[in-house]
Amino acid sequence: MFRIDFNKLRFLVCDDNPHMRRILRTLLHSFGAREVYEAEDGATALEMYSLYAPDIVITDWAMPIFDGLELSQMIRQPDTKGNPFAPIIMLTAHSEKRRVTLARDAGVTEFLAKPISAKGLYQRVLNCVANPRPFIKTRNYFGPDRRRNPNANTYIGPERRSGGEAETIHQPSLLDKARVTG
Amino acid sequence: MAKAKKPELQVQTFATHQVITQPNPLRGALRIGGDEHDDPIARAEQALAELSSEFRDWMAIECQRLADAYVNVQQHGFTKTTREELFRASHDIKGEAATFGYPTAAAAADSLCRIIEHAPDLTKVPTELIDNHVKAIQAIVREHARIDKFGVQQELSRRLRAVADEYLAAVNHDRPEHLEAILAPSIVPAD
Repeated sequence: MFRIDFNKLRFLVCDDNPHMRRILRTLLHSFGAREVYEAEDGATALEMYSLYAPDIVITDWAMPIFDGLELSQMIRQPDTKGNPFAPIIMLTAHSEKRRVTLARDAGVTEFLAKPISAKGLYQRVLNCVANPRPFIKTRNYFGPDRRRNPNANTYIGPERRSGGEAETIHQPSLLDKARVTG
Repeated sequence: MAKAKKPELQVQTFATHQVITQPNPLRGALRIGGDEHDDPIARAEQALAELSSEFRDWMAIECQRLADAYVNVQQHGFTKTTREELFRASHDIKGEAATFGYPTAAAAADSLCRIIEHAPDLTKVPTELIDNHVKAIQAIVREHARIDKFGVQQELSRRLRAVADEYLAAVNHDRPEHLEAILAPSIVPAD
C-alpha cells in the first residue's frame, strides 16, 4: 500500500472561481495537506510561486490576466532563478484532446478534466510524487518527458528527437523500486 | 518539503535535446504501508459531502453570473469582453455543475461553450440558439429539487447539444480544425 504524506507537501492552487478553490482546498486538507496557498489569477500565482516555492501547482486553464497555460510556460523557464521543475496539474473544464496536447506541450505534468473527483485528484498527486519523469530540453520545449512509457520501442508518435537506443533513459519509478524490494 | 536543499541535476546532452534527471525532490512524501483503515479518498469524499449543503447557493450564484453575462451580450452585442464573460460563466458551470449535483446543467453549459468557441461569427448565430441554452440552464437549476424532472432535463440538454452540433458542423464545413474538435469525442468519461 503506497501513501502520500500530504502534510509534507506544499500546494499552490490557482483558479479564478472561488467555489472551485474552496472545493480544492477542502479536498487537499482532507487528504492531510496543511500548506495550501491560493491565487485567483495567473499573475498572482506566479508571484506566489516565487514566494512560497510550492512542491505542486494545481492550476485552472481559463483565468484572467494570464491563463493556466501561460502560467505553466512561465514556470517552465529553464534559466529562471526559481524552480522550473515543480509538477503542474492542469485542472480544467476543457475536455478536448487538442487541449491535452497543448497543455502537455506547455510543460504540464498531469491533466485532470473537470468535474473533479477526490480519486482523480489523489491519483494525479500520487503520480507526481511517485512517478516523476525526467525533464527534456529541446529548442522549443522544456518540461517533463512527454513519453510516459520509458520503453522507446512502444513509442508510435512523431519522432522529435534524434539518436539511437543509447539515448533511452530508464528511470524506474519509486513505486516500481518499492515493488521490487518489497 | 519545499525547504529541502536544491537537488543535483544530471544533464545528458544529445544532438537535439538534453535529458535532465534529478533525485526525486518529493520522495520524502511517499511512504509504504501505514494505517490500512485510513482511506484519504473516502475522507475527502466525506468532506465534499459535508460541503454539499452550500452547492445549491453556489449554483444559483453561477447561474446569475451567466444571466448577467447574457444581458450584457443582449445590450452590447458580442464584443471581446462580453464574449469572454459569457464564455467564462458557461465554462465554469460546465466544470462545476456536475460536482454540485447538476450534471444536466453541465451538459447544457458544455454545449453553449462549444457554440461560443467554434462559431466562426457569433453575430450570425441564431439568437434562439444561445437564448435557449441560457434559459435551459436556468430552468434546470430552478427545477433541480424536482426529481421527476430529471428525465426532462436530460432530454433537454441532449436536444440542445444535438441542435448546436448540427449548426456547428454546418458553419464549420470549411474549417477542418474546428470540425475535428467538434466531432472528436470528449476525454471526460461518460456517466
